[in-house]
Amino acid sequence: MIAAVRTDLVVVGAGPAGANAALTAAAAGINVHLVDEAPQAGGQVWRAPVDGVTAGPTPDARAGADLRARLAASGVTLASSRRVWSVLRLPDDQGFRVDCVGADGALSVTAPRLVAATGAYERVVPFPGWTLPGVIGLAGATILLKSHGVVPGDRIVVAGAGPLLLAVAAGLLDAGVKPLALVDLDGRHDWLARLPALATRPGLAVRGARWRARILAAGIPVFHRHAIREAAGADRLDAVTIAPVDRTGAFTGGEQRSLQADALVVGHGLTPGADIPRLLKAETRHDGLRGGVVPVVDRFGRTSVPGLFAVGDGAGVRGADAAVAAGRLCGLAAAHDAGRVGRTAFDGAAAPLLTAAAGHARFSDAIAGALALRPGQVASVPGPTTVCRCEDVTRRDIEAAAEDGARDVNQMKQFTRCGMGPCQGRMCGEVAAWLLALRLGVPRGAVGSFTARPPLRPVAIGDLVGTFSYADIPIPEPAPL
Amino acid sequence: MTRVHDLGVVGGGVLGATVALFAARGGMDVAVIERGALCREASGVNAGTLTMQMTRVALIPYALEGHRMWATARGWLGHDVGVVVCDGLSLAFTEAEEALLADRAARRREAGAPIELVGPARAAEIEPGLGPGVRLAGHCPVDGYANAYLTGLAFRRALVDAGVHLLENRAVTGLAREDRGFAAQTADGPVRFRRVVLAGGVWLEPMLAWLGLRVPVKTLINQLAVTERMAPVMRTVVGIASGLLSLKQYPHGTVVIGGGWQGIGTRETGGTGLHPDRLIGNVRLAAHAIPALADARLARAWTGLEAETADAMPIVGPVPGIEDAYVCGSIHSGYTSGPYIARLLADRILGHAPARPLFPPDRLLAGAGTIGDAA
Repeated sequence: MIAAVRTDLVVVGAGPAGANAALTAAAAGINVHLVDEAPQAGGQVWRAPVDGVTAGPTPDARAGADLRARLAASGVTLASSRRVWSVLRLPDDQGFRVDCVGADGALSVTAPRLVAATGAYERVVPFPGWTLPGVIGLAGATILLKSHGVVPGDRIVVAGAGPLLLAVAAGLLDAGVKPLALVDLDGRHDWLARLPALATRPGLAVRGARWRARILAAGIPVFHRHAIREAAGADRLDAVTIAPVDRTGAFTGGEQRSLQADALVVGHGLTPGADIPRLLKAETRHDGLRGGVVPVVDRFGRTSVPGLFAVGDGAGVRGADAAVAAGRLCGLAAAHDAGRVGRTAFDGAAAPLLTAAAGHARFSDAIAGALALRPGQVASVPGPTTVCRCEDVTRRDIEAAAEDGARDVNQMKQFTRCGMGPCQGRMCGEVAAWLLALRLGVPRGAVGSFTARPPLRPVAIGDLVGTFSYADIPIPEPAPL
Repeated sequence: MTRVHDLGVVGGGVLGATVALFAARGGMDVAVIERGALCREASGVNAGTLTMQMTRVALIPYALEGHRMWATARGWLGHDVGVVVCDGLSLAFTEAEEALLADRAARRREAGAPIELVGPARAAEIEPGLGPGVRLAGHCPVDGYANAYLTGLAFRRALVDAGVHLLENRAVTGLAREDRGFAAQTADGPVRFRRVVLAGGVWLEPMLAWLGLRVPVKTLINQLAVTERMAPVMRTVVGIASGLLSLKQYPHGTVVIGGGWQGIGTRETGGTGLHPDRLIGNVRLAAHAIPALADARLARAWTGLEAETADAMPIVGPVPGIEDAYVCGSIHSGYTSGPYIARLLADRILGHAPARPLFPPDRLLAGAGTIGDAA
C-alpha cells in the first residue's frame, strides 16, 4: 500500500538549497514536504555523522547542526531515508507526483509545485587504473571522513581539482594521517589569479588559506599542474604515476614520478544532477562553467515547466553559500506563486536575498572555474581506458560508435551500452559526451546528453512492489487475439 | 538536387530499413529518409521479444517466418542483433486466465504456432525460476528475443554495405506528387524518387494525410523496464495469458520487463512519462512470475510507441489510388514479424509476387468494407 500525501510544495533534496527553500516557503505559510535519501538533512556539504561518530568542530559541521535544528523547529515535514524513484508531471498543469521508497514503505507526494534540489555528482576523468579498488572520489572520501570518521588508507595520494583537494588533505591530517602527496591540476598561478574573486567571501577564503597553510606546515609535497597518468596494482592499488600537465589538463611530456600508495583520492569537479528537470523535459542548456547540462532558470529558480523549480548545484555548480541564497529565493517565489505572499511583501523580501545571491557570484564563478572539465585532460584519456565503468566501455569503443555513424550520445549508448549500467551514466555521461564530441569534431552541446528516465536512483524491486497478492495487480484488458 | 532515386523510404525503423535493404539488393537505387537516427523509436526501444504467444492469430504464419529471419540475422542481415532462440511460456495464474490461455493457445496452434499446454510441474521443469501459483502454461519452443538496442547499429551497417543512401536527422514535412514520382520536402531541400514507401510507425496517419488519405492510427505508449545485471534467475521468455507481461533475462544478466502497460504521452510529444502505479503493477506481475526478481534493482524504465489501426491489423501494401506509393506499418507485435512482412513488400515493389498476402489499407478508408476481413 502506498501512503499518499497532498501538499503545497514538495522539495527533493535536503542540502543547503533544498532545505532553505523548504524553510523559507514554510515560514511564508505553505505546507512543505522535504524528501531526502539520507537519514538526516544536510546534503553532501553539511552531512550529519552516523550514530556514534562525533563531528569535528568545523564550520560545515556547525552549519549542518544548525540547519537540522531549524528544520526540527519549523513546520516543514521532513521525509528522510526516502529514495525518490519517480517524478511525474500531472496532466493539465495539476502539478507533480513524487514517488519514493524507504524503510517505512512507499510514499507518494502530490503538490502543485516542486523544487528539485538534488545536488551534483562527483566526476572523475578516467585514467588507466581508475577503477581499481583503493581509488575513491574526493566526495566519497569526504563522506567517509565527515560521516564515519574513516580514512581510506595509510599511504594516500590526494589528486584532482578544486577546493575539495585541500579540504580532504586537511581532513586527513585532522584524522591523523598525512597524505603522501597532493596532486593539483592547477598551478600556483591559477590560484593566485582567483584570489581577488575568492576574497569576496573572506570567511571561505581564509578557510582555504588555513587548509593550505596546514598542508605546507605538515610538509605534504604539493605537485601543481600535475595529473594522474596511471594507477597500478594487481588486485588493488599499489602505485600511482603522476606527470605534469598544461593549463588545459593535457600532459606536457615532462618528467613522470611514481608514488607507492594504497589509496588514491581523486576528483575532477562536479556534474550537476539535473535529473528531475531533464526527466520533466524542462528547457536545458550545456554550461561548461557550471559543470554540464543545466536547466534554464530565472533568478528564483523557475524552470520552463510551470511549477517546477531547480536550485543549488543541481541547477549548475556554484557551491553551498550560493545554494543557500538560491534556496531562500526559490522558497519565497514558491510561496508567492502559491498566492501566499503578496507582490509587495515578495518584492520586499526578495530584494535583500537577490543582493546576497549577487554577492556570491564572483566567488562561485572562481570555484566553478576550478571545477570545470578541462578539454585537454579529456583529450588525454587513452583509447583502451574504461570510461563507463558499469559496462566496461572504453574510449576506443565510444570512438568506434562514432565511426559506425553515432552522432549523439543516446545513439552511441545503444551501440556500446555506455551508460546502461546501475549509475545510468551519472558518473561517466559528461566525459563520454565530451569524448564523442571530440571524435566528431563538434561542440559538446551538439551531441546532447543521456535521456533521463525513472527510476532516479536504482530501486530494489522488493521495495517497489511491497507485499501484494495477485488479485491486487490491476492487470489491464487482454491484448487483441 | 536532380538525382531521382528509384525508391524513397520515409521512416528508418525495422520495416523501412528492411524494405530498403531488399530493394537495394534487388538492384534499386534507394534512399532512406529518417527524422532521427535509424531504429531509435519503436524498433530500438521495444522489449525485443520474438514470440508467437503474444502474436495475433492472423499474423502467426508471418511471425514464424519473421522468427526464422531474426534467428538467422547474421546470414541475411550480415550483422548481429544479439538474438537468442529459447523456449517461451505463457502463464495462467487464475481460472479466468486458464480459460483465456486454453482458447488462445488453441487458436494460435491452429494457425501454425507449435504451442503445447503444460501443467505446473512441466512448466517448472522448462523454467526453474517460476514462482508458485501457476495453474497452466502454454509452451512454445519457437520463442526468443533480440537485443533491440542493437537493431539500429546492425541495420545501419547492412544498409551502408548495400549502398543505400542514408539521410538521417532529416525530417520530411510533406510529400508532393511530381511527373516522375515524388518529392519529399525537408528543411535541407527536396529529395526525389520514383516510388515511395511510407514506413513511419505511429506517424503513418500524418504521412498518409500527405497523400490525401485519412487512416486513423492510434498511438500506444508502452512502458518497459530493465533491472541491473544479476546472476541467472530465468532461461526462457515468460509471459501471461492476457499478453500483459513479457520477461526475459539477457546473457549479460539484465532482465527486461514489458507487456504493453500504458504510459503517458501522445504521437506529437512521444512518451512523456511512466505511470508509477502501472509500472509497479507490471513489475509485480514480473516478480509474481519470477520471485527472484524481488532481489534485483530496477535500473531504468522507459516508453516505446506502438501503432495500432482500427482493426489492430497491419497496413502493408500499395496506397489505393496513388501509383507507386506504398505503406508499411502498424503490425501488432511487429518486431517479430516485421522483417518478413517488409521483405514481402520489397518483393512486391521489385515486381515479384509476394509469398504471402499483404495487408492493403483499402479496408480502413472511409466507405470501405468491414474491418478485419482484409488479411
